[in-house]
Amino acid sequence: MPGFGFSLAFTLFYLSAIVLIPLAALIIRPWELGWNGFWAEILAPRVLHALKLSFGAAAVAAAINSVFGLIVAWVLVRYRFPFKRVVDALVDLPFALPTAVAGIALSALYASNGWIGAPLEKAGIKIAYTPYGVVVALVFIGLPFVVRTLQPVLTDLSRDSEEAAATLGATRFQTFRRVILPTLAPTLLTGTAMAFARAVGEYGSVIFIAGNLPMVSEITPLLIIIKLQEYDYAGAAAVGVVMLAVSFVFLLALNALQAWVSSRR
Amino acid sequence: MTTTTAPKMKRVAMKTIPILRPRAPTDDHPLVKIALSAIAVVFIGLFLFMPLLTVFSEALAQGWRMAWDALSEPDAIEAIKLTLLVAAIAVPLNMVFGLAASWCIAKFDFRGKNLLITLIDIPFSVSPVVSGLVFVLIFGLQGWLGQWLRDNDMKIIFALPGIVLATVFVTFPFVARELIPLMIDQGKDEEEAAATLGAGGWSTFFRVTLPNIKWALLYGVLLCNARAMGEFGAVSVVSGHIRGLTNTMPLHVEVLYNDYQYVGAFAVASVLALLALVTLLVKSVLEWQFADEISATHRH
Repeated sequence: MPGFGFSLAFTLFYLSAIVLIPLAALIIRPWELGWNGFWAEILAPRVLHALKLSFGAAAVAAAINSVFGLIVAWVLVRYRFPFKRVVDALVDLPFALPTAVAGIALSALYASNGWIGAPLEKAGIKIAYTPYGVVVALVFIGLPFVVRTLQPVLTDLSRDSEEAAATLGATRFQTFRRVILPTLAPTLLTGTAMAFARAVGEYGSVIFIAGNLPMVSEITPLLIIIKLQEYDYAGAAAVGVVMLAVSFVFLLALNALQAWVSSRR
Repeated sequence: MTTTTAPKMKRVAMKTIPILRPRAPTDDHPLVKIALSAIAVVFIGLFLFMPLLTVFSEALAQGWRMAWDALSEPDAIEAIKLTLLVAAIAVPLNMVFGLAASWCIAKFDFRGKNLLITLIDIPFSVSPVVSGLVFVLIFGLQGWLGQWLRDNDMKIIFALPGIVLATVFVTFPFVARELIPLMIDQGKDEEEAAATLGAGGWSTFFRVTLPNIKWALLYGVLLCNARAMGEFGAVSVVSGHIRGLTNTMPLHVEVLYNDYQYVGAFAVASVLALLALVTLLVKSVLEWQFADEISATHRH
């Protein structure tokens, strides 16, 4: 078989040029501040607040998506209803719709004169330009990860154990809680973790609806951009390195989780 | 009295009201079905369908004329051209990379293969803003090569090359990750047979391998292109938002929106939304028609 040397060499060259060397540039940069300077940068109140908001909102959004994503996946796999294919295709919209478009649409929708924002404001709830707006955007962006991870596993799920549970007198809810949910749990966790990882770094769909008030609704990626605009490259890189480290930990954990899931099947 | 009439009523009911059919033990209660379906449809309606509808309704809020004017003004046209140009460079690059990477990973054995597969996936787990930041740290004014580029009068950041680099980075894995699992599944028997019959490397690739992976390749290119045209965060960091010069369509949307030119912003946004809908449509058709040839079981 020909082409091994050529294709591997090209792959490694391209990977290094586009991904590895640029990432190395990021990892090296903040240390010109020194060890203490690095931590002073990260532990500054404004940065800490942004990190808390990014991680907190991503966790809340992932939790919401794990519940509703499971329901959506269940309904799409098990039930038949009109326009099912359209609904199924629509689940991928957050993958396909540019994030800036999603951002301004969500912002218009939840603003105090928007279709959803207006009635909510009458009820005394403000979503746009508050941390809740961040959560709404992150729910939008994360939903397909949960649904698309669950769907193939749900489709393959054998009904034998459900039938056995029913034969043994279990109610449908008992069967769900004791038989179906434990089988799905690792996959559900994987999908939720993917939604969370994506949400932590999300920028475009969030900034329009968040309002971006420092110490209130300012997310971490935006803070990186602000630091860059002030030519604080090292500071921006320090925050970037923290985000990168977290996404690597998540990537490794996800790989381990997926290996564990496939070894159980 | 009741014991004799009850079965009769039940039989009548069974024929007329399908809800009362006896259900299999693994079927959910009809009320549960209705409730869960309603929750799913309302949730998708609120979070996915309404934002989509908002884009078009805001774009047409003051009529077709205004939306069309916003799309045909010079800055918008420049933004559309730039977006097409960037995608036309980034997508073929990542397509060639995807083919090369999947060829060496699927057809040969070597040490560190799993590490290579993991490394290829990295850009998916990096925040878009960080994806742009890395190139500013190299080519920006205070980056590694900043001074040298300036002395030689070259511009990468706040210019086309930076936008292309950031776009290539964020769309890096799309083609490769569609092809790798499929080509591993297909193995190398057919290529070896072709080689035994005397076919050369390139003719084996074009006559044997490519026909086997064409739909998966198209699928990967489709997703890669959608992301390349729609990327916002990474491009936003490296572009500098110079109107008519370094604004791609998503950036133009942002500039107009922050200028309170909502009709214009949503008009450009609706073009991007149409692109997303066409992408979803083609993607769905590919999944229905060629499910076996795409290995779409793992959708990113």
